[in-house]
Amino acid sequence: MSHKLNSKVPTGDIDKQWDSHRFNLKLINPSNRRKYRIIIVGTGLAGASAAASFAEMGYSVDVFCFQDSPRRAHSIAAQGGINAAKNYCNDGDSIYRLFHDTIKGGDFRARESNVYRLAQNSVNIIDQCVAQGVPFAREYGGHLANRSFGGAQVSRTFYAKGQTGQQLLLGAYSAMMKEVHRKRIRLHTKTEMLDLVLVDGKARGIITRHLETGKIEAHAAETVILATGGYSNVFFLSTNAKGCNVTATWRAHKKGAFFANPCFTQIHPTCIPVKGDYQSKLTLMSESLRNDGRVWVPKDKNDTRHPNDIPDAERYYYLEERYPSFGNLVPRDLASRNAKYVCDEGLGVGATGLAVYLDFADAIKRDGRSAIEQRYGNLFEIYERITGDDPYTQPMMIYPAVHYTMGGLWVDYNLMSTIPGLHVLGEANFSDHGANRLGASALMQGLSDGYFVAPYTVPDYLATTDLETVDTAHPEFVTAIQNCESRIEKLLSIKGDKTVDDFHRELGLIMWDKCGMSRSQSGLEEALDAVKNLEKEFWTRVNVPGSGEALNQSLEKAGRVADFFEFSKLKIQDALHRNESCGGHFREEYQSGDGEAVRDDANFRYVAAWELDPETGEEVLHKEPLEFPNAPLSTRSYK
Amino acid sequence: MGKRLDLTLRIWRQKNTNSSGEFVTYDLENVDVNASFLEMLDVLNEKLTLSGDEPVAFEHDCREGICGSCGAMVNGKAHGGEDKTTLCQLHMRHFKSGDVIVIEPFRAKALPVVKDLVVDRSALDRIIESGGYISVKTGSAPEANQILVKKDLADRAMDAASCIGCSACVAACPNASAMLFTSAKVVHLGSLPQGSTEAASRVINMVDEMKTNGFGNCSNEYLCEAACPKGIKVSNIAKMNQWYKQAMTNQPLSE
Repeated sequence: MSHKLNSKVPTGDIDKQWDSHRFNLKLINPSNRRKYRIIIVGTGLAGASAAASFAEMGYSVDVFCFQDSPRRAHSIAAQGGINAAKNYCNDGDSIYRLFHDTIKGGDFRARESNVYRLAQNSVNIIDQCVAQGVPFAREYGGHLANRSFGGAQVSRTFYAKGQTGQQLLLGAYSAMMKEVHRKRIRLHTKTEMLDLVLVDGKARGIITRHLETGKIEAHAAETVILATGGYSNVFFLSTNAKGCNVTATWRAHKKGAFFANPCFTQIHPTCIPVKGDYQSKLTLMSESLRNDGRVWVPKDKNDTRHPNDIPDAERYYYLEERYPSFGNLVPRDLASRNAKYVCDEGLGVGATGLAVYLDFADAIKRDGRSAIEQRYGNLFEIYERITGDDPYTQPMMIYPAVHYTMGGLWVDYNLMSTIPGLHVLGEANFSDHGANRLGASALMQGLSDGYFVAPYTVPDYLATTDLETVDTAHPEFVTAIQNCESRIEKLLSIKGDKTVDDFHRELGLIMWDKCGMSRSQSGLEEALDAVKNLEKEFWTRVNVPGSGEALNQSLEKAGRVADFFEFSKLKIQDALHRNESCGGHFREEYQSGDGEAVRDDANFRYVAAWELDPETGEEVLHKEPLEFPNAPLSTRSYK
Repeated sequence: MGKRLDLTLRIWRQKNTNSSGEFVTYDLENVDVNASFLEMLDVLNEKLTLSGDEPVAFEHDCREGICGSCGAMVNGKAHGGEDKTTLCQLHMRHFKSGDVIVIEPFRAKALPVVKDLVVDRSALDRIIESGGYISVKTGSAPEANQILVKKDLADRAMDAASCIGCSACVAACPNASAMLFTSAKVVHLGSLPQGSTEAASRVINMVDEMKTNGFGNCSNEYLCEAACPKGIKVSNIAKMNQWYKQAMTNQPLSE
């Protein structure tokens, strides 16, 4: 392991590690806790749950979100559910099985100890959420209901209609608002983090901009927690909310936090395809649709007939033919890649040729319309609202889209980054999903980190670290404010001839074509050049209207896009260096004869953690080797 | 590529809370019928930016109808008046070429305009802060299946909990009342056994906070339910009124 990385993974049997580690962590006396100020950036599941938990323990907490209310963080959009190893269905689930499935699903690129702890915490999460009033689905006897999700062989997914993320977030949000009421939490809405401030090498605060007044402010604390989500929007079009951005984690990276596995991106196979150049985002349709829908394209690329007029013999059910045992239920990455292949062959449908059919005609014939309506009614309604087409009478059109990012800031077992005092929770860290995340596991990780990990590990940092008194008059804060102000002035002064969205769209297209579902060395090298050129153009031709002293949504976007440019180069570099295919990272050079991903465990069984060398501006690679004594390495096969 | 529309937009422009606003008219041609309403505004904003104007400020985030950020009055209707549809999910195929579309912010005393179509909804957070929670600390929860919930009450709680906090109900109400919003949270939590312990104080505190913030009362217009993109029912208001009366007179709250 690189000497700069200490994962602090406990020794001993994996099922005892967290218990023994927790006992060894230092505590802070209840009467002293209020003297410690904790900054939390982001109010999604991870941030809100951590904020509530710290405030309940008695710490002074400052919470920041760019939305007008913490309840709007993007966790709210998660549909499917949350996994937990409760084994309520008596169908063979266990903590060990959830751990094993998560490691295997991540294609053996996650850290065993963290994932085992996640599986252990999963059961407590459900208890906590139920106690808060999260209205999970129930059986008639009043017990909690479960379903199988994302191809899992056990029913371990808890859900609240198709709005599980919303209900879990509202639970965490209300727990947090209870502490706002008790004045333990100071809530800063409409406030965006622009930079991280280090004093004596430790994270001691942040610089923010208030989005309505434009005021740039410094905030000092004893420790900083980032729970700021992922980087999907580097692609411009993704299923993420428009505001999701990489700025907080990227700024931390520039201050010394290592960025881990930035090339790992999850592409979701069932999204509504792009319709036109005005498109601003992509909408996900739950992958449960593949339980009954059949995926196909016409066999003849010149076939322009209406799908209902194409006879069965002239349809290519490519998933069923290529993967006879799993058929339409192959994992997300395979389903996505195969859709791309048939479209690359010219068989794609719709106005852009970048879509495939998802057909329910056979299911409706077999089970009746009302059965299908019961299972998918609200999804069909969403589809019809967006496209104007009725999926009961003609096939849906779908195409893959970027959905989640597994990479993030590198953290140790305590969820602390390489910067002392900077903790990173949820999607913003790299920790639990390896190269591919399983369905219904993102919500689990956000809440595990926030409710049940950080509340133990952050106090240990506070109790064991000498922290001199620091306030915002410190020169490091003053300099950081000046840097933020001059960057904003620069962005406002260019007044060029292209909009921020023009640049973001172009960046997204480059990333999607060359660093998306499938990647090659030559393509990635081309992408790197193209991004560098576009970035130069951005800083001379972007037009950001208005001023910095008021609500200016163009300016907000411009700062985020500028950071996406810098980040995208590291993402490409990481994809270039990883000469293997694993999970969501598919390198065309590394595949078997029948197009399956080929992992290289001998050379790439490690976490790639990148350090920005402040002297040279170069990214330096550090490796954290991964061992799998409890979940032995195996190769996925879905034939 | 879909059919195209030529539109006239009359949009409320207001620099900040303290300035007075006005309607400004813009012609927008060649709008794809498959675009969403917000994407139509994106196209307008790109055009304004390149011509040296300031783009129209509007709130939005998830653009799939769940975050509750977006919303405006479109031709006098909150979110444009399509059944159970947020503004981001309203599509241009519901309009025709030549239409004049009037777009203005949600208006209420308790929701001051910040800029153009953006309003300050922090009053809704204050209502939640006053009691919209169950006071359970992290770590003190019992095993989840020890709390049994009758399915009909669980379903009622879920339906009420679907509120996205967009404030369309306030904007649609002639009294600018937040009764639908407040009652949705009161009924969500009060329907569950784990939320019943605090139900009496919750309903009193939340109703009081609503009044303090300048929202009006309910006069049974039902316009809130019609405007709600999530189909929250006015029966929640009736339940809240019942519980409020019971709580104020120290009676046990009915189920």
